[in-house]
Amino acid sequence: MTLMKSLMGAAASLALTAGAALAEPALIFDLGGKFDKSFNEAAHNGASRWAEETGGKYREIELQSEAQREQALRRFAEAGSNPVITMGFAMADPLSAVAADYPDTKFVAVDVTWLDAPNVRQIGFAEHEGSYLVGMMAAMASKSGTVGFIGGMDIPLIRHFGCGYAQGAKAVNPDVNIVANMTGTTPSAWNDPVKGSELTKAQIAQGADVIYAAAGGTGVGVLQTAADEGILSIGVDSNQNHLHPGKVLTSMLKRVDVAVYDAMKAGADVETGVFTMGLAEEGVGVAMDDNNASLVSDDMKGAVETARQDIIDGKTTVVSYYENDSCPAVSF
Amino acid sequence: MERPLKMDKMPKWADVVLIPVISLILAAILSALVIVAIGEDPVEAVNLMVTGALGSTYGWGYTLYYATNFMFTGLAVAVAFHARMFNIGGEGQAMLGGLGVAMVCLYVPWPHWSLALLAACAGAMIFGAAWAAVPAYLQAKRGSHIVITTIMFNFIAAAVLNYMLVNVMRPQGSMDPASARFPEAVHLPTLHELLAPIGISFSKAAPANVTLLVAILACFVVWALIWRTRLGYEIRAYGHSETGALYAGISPVKITMIAMLISGALAGLMATNNVMGEAERLVLNSTEGAGFIGIAVALMGRSHPFGVFLAAILFGFLYQGGAELALWTSIPRELIVVIQALVILFTGALDNMVRMPLEKMFLAMRKGKA
Repeated sequence: MTLMKSLMGAAASLALTAGAALAEPALIFDLGGKFDKSFNEAAHNGASRWAEETGGKYREIELQSEAQREQALRRFAEAGSNPVITMGFAMADPLSAVAADYPDTKFVAVDVTWLDAPNVRQIGFAEHEGSYLVGMMAAMASKSGTVGFIGGMDIPLIRHFGCGYAQGAKAVNPDVNIVANMTGTTPSAWNDPVKGSELTKAQIAQGADVIYAAAGGTGVGVLQTAADEGILSIGVDSNQNHLHPGKVLTSMLKRVDVAVYDAMKAGADVETGVFTMGLAEEGVGVAMDDNNASLVSDDMKGAVETARQDIIDGKTTVVSYYENDSCPAVSF
Repeated sequence: MERPLKMDKMPKWADVVLIPVISLILAAILSALVIVAIGEDPVEAVNLMVTGALGSTYGWGYTLYYATNFMFTGLAVAVAFHARMFNIGGEGQAMLGGLGVAMVCLYVPWPHWSLALLAACAGAMIFGAAWAAVPAYLQAKRGSHIVITTIMFNFIAAAVLNYMLVNVMRPQGSMDPASARFPEAVHLPTLHELLAPIGISFSKAAPANVTLLVAILACFVVWALIWRTRLGYEIRAYGHSETGALYAGISPVKITMIAMLISGALAGLMATNNVMGEAERLVLNSTEGAGFIGIAVALMGRSHPFGVFLAAILFGFLYQGGAELALWTSIPRELIVVIQALVILFTGALDNMVRMPLEKMFLAMRKGKA
């Protein structure tokens, strides 16, 4: 019986590995590129972790043009990659055209939640909830009563971040003054640390003493200048507390790496449907570690924990910018 | 930008064929060295690029799609070159052209794509030309350098497009800063749909569409305009010598304005391909640098429409071949850009490096004969 069991187990694991070898996952990075220090890099980290742990291989492409979105989807699906993982909301439109043509291929779309396609796993993140929590911490840490927000490119997604942040800050201190700036209107706004630094100085001049950067590579300049000028900053996407220990209040985590890792681990059997990764699923959250322990008071910790639980329980609602394309707490 | 007349030094075929071919070979050799340096096989890479871009109707469909973009922007730069103006604003003009196309397609109910295409062409040309008009006016009347103003206008165009897409044209609640999808009626036939009735099967997935024919038509029209009309003569005369043109009674203001308006209209026309033909909605970075590639295409094509046509196909090949490389090898995309840049460098900027020794060679041969 035990022999039989272990034999069958061995056979099953063989079959599993054989299946995995046949269908390599594929990862399609968005235009920002693999090393954008933010969203795409988080996906890359998740995929690398999967490759290291399992010894598996995956195909990948960094898109260079809009026309390549559909092209990459089709080519990977035709080459037998399964699942095909895509990054960014801009893949929604090509996916809606392509997914139905390859019913046996599973697609995983990060930052997409509104498609009607049976073979797509759609993963959305509740960025506004995570931003709400860091907004609370910002308002509690601020002595001047003015907090700042620096976004990357002026697109709805970034307003969504800023809107949650502003609501969190207002929840703590209704009189808080929120200064919000966007870095630019072209994709270069994602990677412009110099401009990030300038905006930080400008916001400091307006009295801000805690600044939240949701701006990809631009945020590196924000965090640097904030540290140089002796004010606090808040990182985004991955845990950036270690960049300037003791100077970064916290980071708003968006666990894209976990989403990608999980999808690759599940392989071709990945569950499809719409998944929202919010506070409850730990898809978003605040980063607490040794680097910011001295900055976070027990009051702050308690308040954040209570708010987190309230949001999960539905006692507190954070308004999403998408609901009516406007924000109750701040205007952009 | 102006190419001095050197026909006496070299036969014309050498100028038109030999120099580009030698430049390309040099670029290919250097690219191969780069690929070897990162430990990949250059033969395999070339093989992938050629089969991926030209080996199937699917590959051709993408190559021709990119080429259509580059034909429009290449022609735009070429027309301005003839009046000795350097229009770097093709990018912004094409973005605004896209806005024109999107407005025509979204806000007017069209019964048939052919009518919609005509109107979209008009919309694209008007918006593109309008965007070129301000720098042209500043150059003609105020002497503000066209290079500076057009490049500045690229940034303003990006900001305008961003504002329109984020605040005005985005469907309610959509995350994507993009316009709504165009209605089915304005869907342009792809090469597959065009060629199927005459029995040629062409890949369904490829985005090349009827605007390729518009681009080829535009090549003819530009050729006729520059070499067969009085206006074209005036443009070329002005380009060769401003003082001479002035002496001949040609108004610099008029020529500057007209050449730039035509240039802007051609750049705007690109939007019929990428916005109406491919994406069927307006997205933020719909132009993706085609306006700048147009400069290289015009340089390589010697500002002649037929040269632009060939150069555009070459660049289409580089784009599609580059995409195939990115898909199936681990050559990083930065390096693919390096390879594309080498081709631009050799065919555009380092033109004289090949030209001067060749000219010396031909002169020596001629002396030897005489």
